Amino acid sequence: MTPVPLEWYLMLGAIVFIIGVFGFLTRRNIIMMLISIELMLNGVNISLLALSHYMQDMRGQVLVFFVIACAGAAVAVGLALMIAAFRNKPTSHMDEMDILKG
Amino acid sequence: MLPKLFFVYFAVMIIVLSLLVVTRKNLVHSIMWMLLLFIHIGGLYLFLNAEFLAAIQIIVYAGAILVLFLFVVLLLNIREEFGQRWFIRSWQGRGFVAAALLLAIMLALQYIVLAPMGKYSIDYIQRETHAKVLGTVLFNEYVFPFMIIALVLFVPMIAAVVLAIKRRKA
Repeated sequence: MTPVPLEWYLMLGAIVFIIGVFGFLTRRNIIMMLISIELMLNGVNISLLALSHYMQDMRGQVLVFFVIACAGAAVAVGLALMIAAFRNKPTSHMDEMDILKG
Repeated sequence: MLPKLFFVYFAVMIIVLSLLVVTRKNLVHSIMWMLLLFIHIGGLYLFLNAEFLAAIQIIVYAGAILVLFLFVVLLLNIREEFGQRWFIRSWQGRGFVAAALLLAIMLALQYIVLAPMGKYSIDYIQRETHAKVLGTVLFNEYVFPFMIIALVLFVPMIAAVVLAIKRRKA
């Protein structure tokens, strides 16, 4: 039973994070951008949990707990903003939201 | 051999599913792939001896956040998305930026130096159960951040209600 090396976990976390970055940069739908942010947070969570497991320390897991709570808060506010913006201008495309006045 | 096999399965599934999530044109399909992705990430957490966080991952992400996304997508008009371009026009350049960032992170990972081992060994966590150990740490060393996170969750709840409430035009 050879254990899985720590680097594999860190690389997996990095790849998930980068896919989130790619989605955030290239998709212009506001919900898609929020989903990409969730992907980035999940990539960081994988790295934190792997480091916590391999260093036998609980701080990383506490941090993952807080990150999940913050992700929930961020999504709630983001989607509420989305609804409020959609009421003024019925589009979900970021480039068409180009006026400040409602 | 067997742990590596499991890890490779989860890693390949997570990477493929996150690529599917990012590239689907239909938002509902994308969110459904994300459900599968979060369940696989929860499986990876189980693999790391963090069963409480795996449960939290399934409950909060797959249960709450995903339903919120789905609710808003169904509230909005997603038909307009079909006529639009998939990505923005200059997506190759941005993909190059993301690949360069990945390369930078991979290079940085080569020089990682771990801190000395902590006292929460795998045997200790397995003996005491993960939820108990995490709760003990959370409520002894991190009580104040825990209270702040309660506030951080409470304020957006009010903000979401205030933002989404329908105002009558004066």
